[in-house]
Amino acid sequence: MRRTARAAIYAGLALGALVMVFPFYWMFVSAFKTTQEINRFPPTWWPGSFRFDNFVVAFQKSPFARYFVNSVIVTASCVTCTGFTTILGAFAFSRLRFPGREVVFSLLLSLLMIPFEMVIITNYTTIIQMGFNDSLPALILPFTSSIFYTYILRNFFLTVPDSLYHSARVDGASNWRFLWRILVPMARPSLVTIMLLNALVSWNSFMWPLIVIKTTANRTLPFGLYAFTTESGSNPELMMAASTVVVLPMIVLFLFARKSIVNGVARGGMKG
Amino acid sequence: MRRRDAGRMDRQDDYAQASRLSRIEPLLYLAPFLIGVAVFTLYPVIHVVFISFMEDYNYLTRAFSGFGLSNYISVLNNKYFIQALSNTFIYVLLVVPIATCVALVVANMLNQKLKLTGLFQTAYFLPMVTSVTAVGLAWRFMFNERIGIINFLLSLVGGEPVGWLTKAEWSMPALVIYGIWNILPFTIILLLAGLQGVNPMFYTAARVDGSKGLRIFFRITAPLLAPTIMLTTIVNTISAFKVFNELFPLFKGQAGPFYNLYTVVYFIYEQMSGKPRLGRAASAAMVLFAVIFALTMVQLLIQRRWRGSGKG
Repeated sequence: MRRTARAAIYAGLALGALVMVFPFYWMFVSAFKTTQEINRFPPTWWPGSFRFDNFVVAFQKSPFARYFVNSVIVTASCVTCTGFTTILGAFAFSRLRFPGREVVFSLLLSLLMIPFEMVIITNYTTIIQMGFNDSLPALILPFTSSIFYTYILRNFFLTVPDSLYHSARVDGASNWRFLWRILVPMARPSLVTIMLLNALVSWNSFMWPLIVIKTTANRTLPFGLYAFTTESGSNPELMMAASTVVVLPMIVLFLFARKSIVNGVARGGMKG
Repeated sequence: MRRRDAGRMDRQDDYAQASRLSRIEPLLYLAPFLIGVAVFTLYPVIHVVFISFMEDYNYLTRAFSGFGLSNYISVLNNKYFIQALSNTFIYVLLVVPIATCVALVVANMLNQKLKLTGLFQTAYFLPMVTSVTAVGLAWRFMFNERIGIINFLLSLVGGEPVGWLTKAEWSMPALVIYGIWNILPFTIILLLAGLQGVNPMFYTAARVDGSKGLRIFFRITAPLLAPTIMLTTIVNTISAFKVFNELFPLFKGQAGPFYNLYTVVYFIYEQMSGKPRLGRAASAAMVLFAVIFALTMVQLLIQRRWRGSGKG
């Protein structure tokens, strides 16, 4: 490639990257500005002085610490439960023999095109009947199994040669032992990807909490953040401080596990 | 002697147990997964179809007066639902093509063997992992009419301040801009994966033949990438069709500054909140499903043809 072409590509990429990152930059610097500075026009590109109090005030005005704990509980529970049911389900659909296996599995795959917005209506009534309305279990129970993740993991399990399974069985290992001692360690990259995607979706989930949660103390972060903007006035610097708290854990996660997440998304995860 | 017999007996018992176990064993492995799917996906799908046809459905007592089309009639005659449909189509028609074109350019640039690709990827993919609500608030602040950075940048090139979030005519552009920014990372990742799947042999051959830059793109990359582009477009159309969360940070939870930005999912949400009218919500969800079903069929058709013709 010619030098000028290369330089042009670098410049184009850098400009685009700037646009993509700018909202985050703006969020972070605004979180540290004083009320006077943030209302200044033209805006300042860098805070005159760093006001950490914005975070303190935001946490006083709204129970963000509580929201944060709720989000951690919900995300951790969803990821653990889904991981467990996915491993067992994927194993059954790839290694165990039972009548109707392929039929059941393709039926499940056809459910993948069902939009969540459609099942949400009945799930709302189900949660009410179970008596979990307006509680954290309401945010966890509907998300303890995933057809899509099971599909991904099953595909991985199928790539493991049969001979390995048979020799383990001949050596006297039970299915259970083979699954946890041999298959799961082998599938670690796939499992990590699945769990990361699951954590992202769970942490950022918005519509379902909005519908089932009424009590302030049971809100998760994105819902709590949205409620904060409508309930406690809208000082932009406080809003940006609170948003930073919501966004930061996932950014850190992404910086550490970019390849895993991107690979998972490329295989069709996340949206859609 | 005795001991050996006992051992044999034990083993026989083991075998008997093992065969009994092996018959129900798959079920034990499947149960946790299948129970979740049955209760929270399979049953709701069937049930929602019924709700959509139930008259006067009470979600607490589960009582209803009969089956009929009244939900569909009331939804299809609701001016907000009609508005929601047209808004959603406009949103999709703006966001998806623009995002795809931009993503195509970016993916091609990222696919060149350059330094710093890791850094660039991090920058481009970041919006994918962050909460739509939280980043949406940053955008709301950037769109601010009085002190927002976007109006400041406009003023540098001599533009008048724009009421992005307060004027009816500017609210859709604001939503679309945010929507494109949001959907770009996902689009770039899919297209980049497609590009990386193109056999480098084709490029080598083209270069040997003396083809250059744009010619290579239009003659080789574009045709080989066509299936990926189509699939990306469909997946994005489905996800853009469900636009909902984006409205909350931008417009304080309302459907636009003058209730002018209803979308299909927002309509469903509104039927479910306050005093829930689940029958209407269900029939609106059926309309949503009809659109998604049609798009999915097209997707499957493309995938089948793609596989049939071979990837090259």
